[in-house]
This record gives sequence, structure tokens and C-alpha cells, in this order.
Amino acid sequence: MAGLTPTTSTGTSATLSGSAFDPLRKRLLFPAWFVIGFFLVLPVLLMLVYSFLTKEFRGGVVWEFSTASYDQFFFDRGLFGDEPAKIEWTYITIFWRSIVQALIATVICLLIGFPTAYFIATRPDSTRNLWLFLVTVPYWVNLLIRTVSMKFLIRDNGPMNEWLMMVGLIDSPIHLINTNIAVQLGLFYSYLPFMVLPVYASVERFNFSLAEAAADLYASRWTTLRRVILPAVKPGIIAGCILVFVPSLGAFLAPDLLGGAKNFMIGSLIEEQFKGSAGNWPFGAACSMILLSMVLLVLMVYARSQARAGAQ
Amino acid sequence: MKFRQTLISSVMAVSLGLGVSTAHAEGSLSIYHWFEYIPQELLDKFAKENDVEVTMDTFDSNESMLATLKAGKLGSYDVAVPGDYMVEIMAGEGMLDSFESSELSNFGNIEDQWVDVGFDKGRKHSIPYQWGSTSFMVNRDVYKDDIRTTDIIFNPPTELEGKINVLDSQGEVLALASLHLGISQCSQDRDELKALNALLQEAKPKWASFNSDGAKDVLVSGDAAVGMIWNGFGAKAREEGANVEYSYPKEGYVVWMDNVVLLKDAPNRENALKFMDFLLEPENIAAVTNFARYTAGVKGVGDMLDADLKASPEANPPADAPAGTFVAVCDEETQKFYDQIWTNLKK
Repeated sequence: MAGLTPTTSTGTSATLSGSAFDPLRKRLLFPAWFVIGFFLVLPVLLMLVYSFLTKEFRGGVVWEFSTASYDQFFFDRGLFGDEPAKIEWTYITIFWRSIVQALIATVICLLIGFPTAYFIATRPDSTRNLWLFLVTVPYWVNLLIRTVSMKFLIRDNGPMNEWLMMVGLIDSPIHLINTNIAVQLGLFYSYLPFMVLPVYASVERFNFSLAEAAADLYASRWTTLRRVILPAVKPGIIAGCILVFVPSLGAFLAPDLLGGAKNFMIGSLIEEQFKGSAGNWPFGAACSMILLSMVLLVLMVYARSQARAGAQ
Repeated sequence: MKFRQTLISSVMAVSLGLGVSTAHAEGSLSIYHWFEYIPQELLDKFAKENDVEVTMDTFDSNESMLATLKAGKLGSYDVAVPGDYMVEIMAGEGMLDSFESSELSNFGNIEDQWVDVGFDKGRKHSIPYQWGSTSFMVNRDVYKDDIRTTDIIFNPPTELEGKINVLDSQGEVLALASLHLGISQCSQDRDELKALNALLQEAKPKWASFNSDGAKDVLVSGDAAVGMIWNGFGAKAREEGANVEYSYPKEGYVVWMDNVVLLKDAPNRENALKFMDFLLEPENIAAVTNFARYTAGVKGVGDMLDADLKASPEANPPADAPAGTFVAVCDEETQKFYDQIWTNLKK
């Protein structure tokens, strides 16, 4: 039975290594390993293999090794494929556009999400759950529906423009639909709660007597925020940023529906490779692998900085 | 002991459950269809008449249907509704089952001109569903000049720039662009292909969006002042109150025919044939036409159509309009260039 006793929260790596190889514990971990292996590792490996296969006419793959997908990503050989190779900027531009959009979405989510989380965490216990509950309300509705609703709201003769014109703030409609700004709106609106909730979890644990102590020591409000509160809630902020940045990077609903499927982001570029007849499965797989590598890189940098911070 | 009894009874319950569902599956039909293309009442009618459970999934382009079937869905649907060129492609890929005309009691109802069609000689795999044209509509509040030219899409006047929605459909967009340039559809001429590529590259910044399932909605809402659209879908846009006019451009336009095909490895082949027979009844296919606002390919439908549909400007080309052109199926070597041009456009 001893093996079943959960490690206490103060458990260090030393106690873990003592019991982690307990056979029963190992067996209990099996379902988790199975899920990760079967639904995560295997598909990624498949994707890696597919990215090195040859495209079949009208979709699908031929089992022949080829690096054509990666070649297509980085080199431009003209319409007929027989010109000398130049650097292909198209896909790099699409990736760059996606990164910029995802970064902007993350910053906006942080700017709105942090004060929101702080506000909720400083409410009395009795109302806090109500506020949290309100944050999750939009999530009862499917992402697709929310994105389509956004489209209805911001279109040229939609309610937003009509109200603004009615109160006399603008004379002619603000043209938002099918622009990058519309895509941005869709992104930050979709992922805002991913920022609010982890930041809230950090702020909620923060011991506010520390902030009072800072004030007692003549720290200004700004200094208190910067030197006392922010360092303490940093893990929550970083978690929130990752949770917003990663899905924004691969989003395809917002660019499709709000951007008019014209300004590709990575997600829509990949989707197109599997949907259309001009689609190219190996190329879609290669794009996914490149995206995956980029995300992994960001997470590894984060993990290393965490490890360094922990070592100090 | 008690545990064992529970075990046995639950195994029995499971096997009984399986038995029930297998018995049920014999009476089912699985359809892979375009969005908004068949009235629910008609499906209900078929289900009731034949005691069959009907399920339907939808797609929004011939290409995405092909991709889905190729990605492993072949064998889970009984019938699909591809357009003309896609029937030829699917037959070439070996994705269709064939039938004898004697297996359909209503085979003789097919209009003569649609029996021996180029994309399915002698109708071995398919029956006509609806046919119509693909062109574009223009909002007449926004633009009042001549619209019977493909310049509206590919070389638009300034007041229409940034207000154009184009179908997210490779075959139809490239065919219309080829008609605009007056080049053949499966051209291998390098200069022609370059011109086609350049035309689309220059036109793209003047377009607002690529959207097929929203093609009607963008016109009705006013998001787009010009929208490439199928004639029947366009008729619906007009009927929903938009001041839009369908164009039969002088350079030409695309005609198409959607067909019900019998898919290879259909789990319910017999019900699939019953469904095809059902759709060759004038009364039933007329219900589709009244719903979808296109044209049926079955004899004896005329009397059962809505009066306003018979007179609709979308279904009746003006006398001086050129004949429409079907989307051509190119060989692999040529298609590569067209795929590349489409990729260039979409990226």
C-alpha cells in the first residue's frame, strides 16, 4: 500500500526517484503513457515520415523518399520548376506574419488579462467565483460560432459600425472585415481566458501583506507592482503567454473567417495542403514539422530559463 | 459467483446491443453531399418510404470531398454528389462502383442530352442531380454599368476593388480566368500559363475574400459587392432581398452538372441504388430544384417547378449569351502547372 501513498507536495526529486520505479506506480502510469505514445508521439512520427515522402497526384502520398517539401518551403524555382533556385520568401513571410500576429495577440491578452485577473483575485471570497464563472461563460459556445459572431459584429454594416455611426463617433463605417486587424480581434478574443485563468491562479496565491510591506517601505505603487507583485506572479504570466501564443500561432479559423482566407497564417497554409486538390500532404506535414520545431524551441528556451532560475 | 453472473449478463447485454445495431445498419444510407443542397423533407420522405436511416455529411468543394474520401473515408459513404469533372477524376482513381441501367427502374427518366455525357459515358457510375452555371453577381446599388464581362472579377473597375468575393474552388476559378484570357483550359503553352498566373496575381489584391459556403451570405450582407457564385445559390441571394444581378459574361462562363455517384465499397449499395431511383422520380428531383434553384436533368419535371423559378433571370441566359463551358480534366503533367498557379494564388 505504501506505493500508493501520494508524494506530499513538499516532495523533492530525491523522494520521487525513490518511489517512481515502484512496479505498481509504473503500472498505474501506463494509461497516461499509452495516451501520450499513441495519440501524441505516434502522430508526430507519422508526420515526420510523411514530410519526407513524395506527393501523389490529387492528394495522398507515394512511398518514395523525397526532400521536395522542404525544398519547396525554402527555394523558389519558378512556375515551371526549372529556373535557378532563389530563396522562397512566401512561406517565410507567412510564418513571420503568424509569429507577429501571435505575439500581438499575446501582448494584448496580457495587457487586458493581467488587470482582469488581479481584479478578480482581489475580490472578496464570496464574489470571486462568480467573476471566474463569468470569464468562462463565452466558452460555453463553440469557437467556430464565436468567430462567426465576431464577423457579424464587425462587418461594414454590422451592429458595431451602426452604433458608432449612430452616436456620431464616425461618419463612414470602419472597414475591418477581411483585414489583419479583424484576424487579430478574433485571436485575442478567442484566447483571452487562457491568459486570465493562469494569471489569476498566481495572483490569488500572492501574499498581499508583501505588497503592504513594500508600501510601508515607501515603494510607490508602480515600484510595488514591478518589484514585488510581478516577480511573484511571473510563472502564471509565462504560462498564460504560452497558452495564448501557441494556439494563436496555429490558428486557422480566425484567418479563414475574419481574414477572408486571403492572408494566410501557418494554420490555414497547412489546412489548405490537406483540403484542396492542389493540396500536398508531404508539404503540409513539412510545414507542421517546421511549426512544431519552432514551438519546441520556444518551450525549451523557457524550460532552460526556468531551470537556471531554479538553480539560483 | 455474483460477480460472474454480472459479467455474463453484461456480455449478453453488449452482444444484444450489437445485434440490434447490426440489424439497424441494414436499413441505412450514408450520403456525402454539398451543403444546403437537398431539402430535409425529401430525406425524411426517402427514409420513411424505405424504412431506412439516412445520415448526411456535407462538403464545400469538389476538391475537399475528394481529399476527404482519399484520406480514408471511402467505404463509409454510399453515395456522393461530385460535379462533372470530379466524376471523371473519381472514376479514373477507381473510387466509383458501377451499375447497370437495368438496376434503376427510373433510368429512362434521364433527359436524353444527359445520358451519354463526356464525364461518364453511358452513365455507368452516376445519375444527374442538378445542373447550372457558375458566374458572378453584382450589387446594382454599388455598380450600375455593364456587368456582362469577366473584367468585373479579373480587372475590376476602381469602385469594386476590395469588394469582391471569389469561390474557393480551383476548377471554377481557373476555368473562368482561362475564359477571360481566351486560352484553352489545359494549355501547356508557357506564355499562356504565365499570363494566367500573372492575371490572378494582379487580381488578388483587388479581391476581398475566398469563400464558397458563404458566397450567398457575403452578397446578402453587403460584405461583398461582387461575388462569384453558382446561379441557383445566387437566385437565393436575390430572393433574400439583395439588389444583385447575375451575369452571363460575353467571354463565357462555367457550366456544371452535379451527379449522384455510387461510391466504391458502399456499405449499403442496395439502398444507394434505391436512393438514386428515388431521385430520378420527377416529383422528388423537382423538390430539389425548387429548393436549390438550379435545373434538373430528368424528364417531366417542368410542370412541378415553382412559377418564379421558371422565369428566374439566373436560370435563363439572355438570348445572346455564349454557351457555357465545362471544367476540363487535364492530365497529370499539365495539371501540375495549374495546381502551382492555384497555390501561388492562395498563398
